[in-house]
Amino acid sequence: MALAFDEFGRPFIILREQEKKTRLRGLDAQKANIAAGKAVARILRTSLGPKGMDKMLQSPDGDVIITNDGATILEQMDVDNQIAKLMVELSRSQDYEIGDGTTGVVVMAGALLEQAEKLLEHGIHPIRVAEGYEMASRVAFDHLERISRKFEFSADNIEPLVQTCMTTLSSKIVNRCKRALAEIAVKAVLAVADLERKDVNLDLIKVEGKVGGKLEDTELVYGIIVDKDMSHPQMPKRIEDAKIAILTCPFEPPKPKTKHKVDIDTVEKFQTLREQEQKYFDEMVQKCKDAGATLVICQWGFDDEANHLLMHRNLPAVRWVGGVELELIAIATGGRIVPRFQELSPEKLGKAGLVREKSFGTTKDRMLYIEQCANSRAVTIFIRGGNKMMIEETKRSLHDALCVARNLIRITQLCTAVAQQRYLAQLLLKLLQIGTLELSRSFADALDAVPLALAENSGLSPIDTLTCNPHCGIDCNDVGTNDMKEQNVFETLIGKQQQILLATQVVKMILKIDDVISPSEY
Amino acid sequence: MERMLKDDAREEKGELARMASFVGAMAISDLVKTTLGPKGMDKILQSTGRGRNVTVTNDGATILKSLHIDNAAAKVLVDISKVQDDEVGDGTTSVVVLAGELLREAEKLINMKIHPMTIIAGYRMALECARDTLLQKTMDNKENTDKFRTDLMNIAMTTLSSKILSQDKEYFAELAVDAVLRLKGSTNLESIQILKKPGGSLKDSFLDEGFILDKKIGIGQPKRIENAKILVANTAMDTDKVKIYGARVRVDSMSKVADIEAAEKQKMREKVQKIIAHGINCFVNRQLIYNFPEELFADAGILAIEHADFEGIERLALVTGGEIASTFDNPESVKLGHCKVIEEIMIGEDRLIHFSGVAMGQACTIVLRGASEHVLDEAERSLHDALCVLSQTVNDTRVLFGGGWPEMVMAKEVDELARKTPGKKSHAIDAFSRALQAIPTIIADNAGLDSAELISQLRAEHHKENCTAGIDVITGTVGDMQKLGIQESFKVKQAILLSATEAAEMILRVDEIITCAPRRREDRM
Repeated sequence: MALAFDEFGRPFIILREQEKKTRLRGLDAQKANIAAGKAVARILRTSLGPKGMDKMLQSPDGDVIITNDGATILEQMDVDNQIAKLMVELSRSQDYEIGDGTTGVVVMAGALLEQAEKLLEHGIHPIRVAEGYEMASRVAFDHLERISRKFEFSADNIEPLVQTCMTTLSSKIVNRCKRALAEIAVKAVLAVADLERKDVNLDLIKVEGKVGGKLEDTELVYGIIVDKDMSHPQMPKRIEDAKIAILTCPFEPPKPKTKHKVDIDTVEKFQTLREQEQKYFDEMVQKCKDAGATLVICQWGFDDEANHLLMHRNLPAVRWVGGVELELIAIATGGRIVPRFQELSPEKLGKAGLVREKSFGTTKDRMLYIEQCANSRAVTIFIRGGNKMMIEETKRSLHDALCVARNLIRITQLCTAVAQQRYLAQLLLKLLQIGTLELSRSFADALDAVPLALAENSGLSPIDTLTCNPHCGIDCNDVGTNDMKEQNVFETLIGKQQQILLATQVVKMILKIDDVISPSEY
Repeated sequence: MERMLKDDAREEKGELARMASFVGAMAISDLVKTTLGPKGMDKILQSTGRGRNVTVTNDGATILKSLHIDNAAAKVLVDISKVQDDEVGDGTTSVVVLAGELLREAEKLINMKIHPMTIIAGYRMALECARDTLLQKTMDNKENTDKFRTDLMNIAMTTLSSKILSQDKEYFAELAVDAVLRLKGSTNLESIQILKKPGGSLKDSFLDEGFILDKKIGIGQPKRIENAKILVANTAMDTDKVKIYGARVRVDSMSKVADIEAAEKQKMREKVQKIIAHGINCFVNRQLIYNFPEELFADAGILAIEHADFEGIERLALVTGGEIASTFDNPESVKLGHCKVIEEIMIGEDRLIHFSGVAMGQACTIVLRGASEHVLDEAERSLHDALCVLSQTVNDTRVLFGGGWPEMVMAKEVDELARKTPGKKSHAIDAFSRALQAIPTIIADNAGLDSAELISQLRAEHHKENCTAGIDVITGTVGDMQKLGIQESFKVKQAILLSATEAAEMILRVDEIITCAPRRREDRM
């Protein structure tokens, strides 16, 4: 065995210390792999559900992250084992695809592996196990489809959306004000959603955080917030009905890309050059003025002289705005990004009802709010919170909620709750009794792992929750009912389906490995 | 388990993890605990850098900022203290101590086998209750200017009383209040300049209505100007470079070099002429002024000040009401700054330039005097705290009493709540109230008073309606905070309460710590 357990029951890998190239074969290899996968799942198990605990992660540079988002935990962990890396990948792909359920998918994969181990011990060939799992997963997939409910919502009735987002948020540290955050997430998604095409571009939602204040102060701004201030301290701090010129060229003398030299050899040339230079600055500002701009947002820096000229001509300006933000501003204000001064024209300007600078706290922290934009398709969620880690965790939680809301708009089907998988499991048993009974039972048992972990984390007895009401779930919050429909605990169908598919796939992959060769450390 | 070694990637689970974070957090809170309150003690911090600089302080944020911490939970506490500093400026110690006490109480509950999530639920309920109580008990004197000023004075004195300036707190409170009221509601403390000059005693510090620039006047230029017209500029006054990219001078004979040099000089001369044409008699530039233009200015009888730092320039522009100019072609439209008198003054043995009788009164300068650099640094920090609190209070005018009064009021209400709440949560709510009471206890302990006796008296006192009792540290008894004029800003108290609970909650939720292998240097193989 390449794996041993220390006195705390933690697995550690001895391979590295051995000098020669190590090799594991057959059942040993599979068992080692399964053990590694289970170890990863065990870490995440306690983070599941509304009463799940957080993990504290210290990065190589000493920064601290506190989170209960499965994908983040795994990404930040120093994972060395190849199989463990597969599990990390698994959670990441769930994150990319769905955005939520990253913990659940790993726990499920872990449970599947655990069950597979038992089967392997009974002498069943791994390929048979893998095939059985595949079959079972398909049944489960279809069944979920059948028990899911169509989901009704409209722009006026966002309540169902909010409820589903709240389920996602309730397992995070922000559950204190999950209602408010869920509403923010849903409103943000609806603001940018293309309801006809049923698509949501999450890039249009900017999530900006600033430490200080309290979580309740988190707000949704129909516009853009840029962490910048006016280039000249004496420029106006508030502009109404702003016409915004969005520039990607610096307010500086031109730097042609081809190599060139300007030789100065006479006094006249020196003087003409000087005049040219002054004229150039003047022209730049004049062009902005001519186009009718009342605010200039520029990707690059300004020369002192240009800065003063802008100030002088009463044209407020913001410099060093990042490319992504610039794009968002362009979308929000309906303006065009202009790469050259010559191309500035009135119709390329963006419009915003109000641009204001807001300062925070006691330090010189200012932010620029661009609001009441011509096109409200870009929104910003502005998070406040007690400390840096809180903000980061809120960002991650909101991301999950946003993803859930987006998935709902895309595919409007819901499945009631996590814990009804138990019901599902029993159904599966009936379906697959012929031939592969052993296999399907183990798959069903694995599906039980998620509600089991939930119940454990909530300090409830798992056995109590085995009643067979089709809407039955686990009452994590002590509400007093097990009916998830009454509790309004919903999840998206696609999220659940993906979890099952992805977990089965990875488990299949792991089971098929029968030889592990690792290079020796030199 | 007290120290987490930075060795290799490691993880700690369950009880171990919880213990590691509790121990770390409590160690931090115990560290700063003794600095709390009017009789709190200071800490000496020695840097590991060259020179082994020593800082003496009792500002929580400053202490925590300079610590090298390896414990993840401790870092959370350091972070909340930093945020408190940025957001409201004061209460940096209290927030850490409160979070520490909350965790200490939570540890006891966990030993009683209560699940952390239950504790968190209880804490949240208690927090709601405590905040509502605070909101009800605030006083607001926004309408009454005189009373508001007294409030501000009281707040400033309360803040300063725990700092090095406590001896002259009335004097400094007056300084701070004056300075902040000049800002007229802006929280931009940049316009209050604090100058530190060693020598004299703290009492010799003063608030100057005008503006003091830590620069010397050029030689041969007037030392005193009355009715000054000031042009504040940010422009290159060395050799005015040609900014067009790729331009370079290429000549083939010496005479041409001379020509170009002359042209350059001419260009500079013209620039200076243009500046002079503004009709000014004082020119302040952010960048260097070379000898040649300086000489030209001196000839024109203009005071030229070079190389003021950027904040200096901004402040000066604010004070004198001018704009910061970089081009000089349209003298008629550039707003010039004005002031009555510019003169060179001496503070200690340094010569400074003093602008008095300025047009706009927003900015001002506080000159701190003191026996040593350390005293001055600490005085600056204390004054900064006071200024921050005051500027926040001007915006949010709600105030509370100090001296442990708010904690006791909250504790009372939270206690009530605990009695009404069924279930295990009530233990947690109880614990919250105990943590709140720990703050006055620590203040009393630090003052060398019998805290057990005092707190019980205080609690009895608070059972009456509308009680204003708190700890009077000076006499060592329970005193009437209203009479003593000990007040605190509501905003600060609220921020302390919220971020401490948030941090405690965060640490409580953790059941596993994973530490990555520290990034090694390149030489490891």
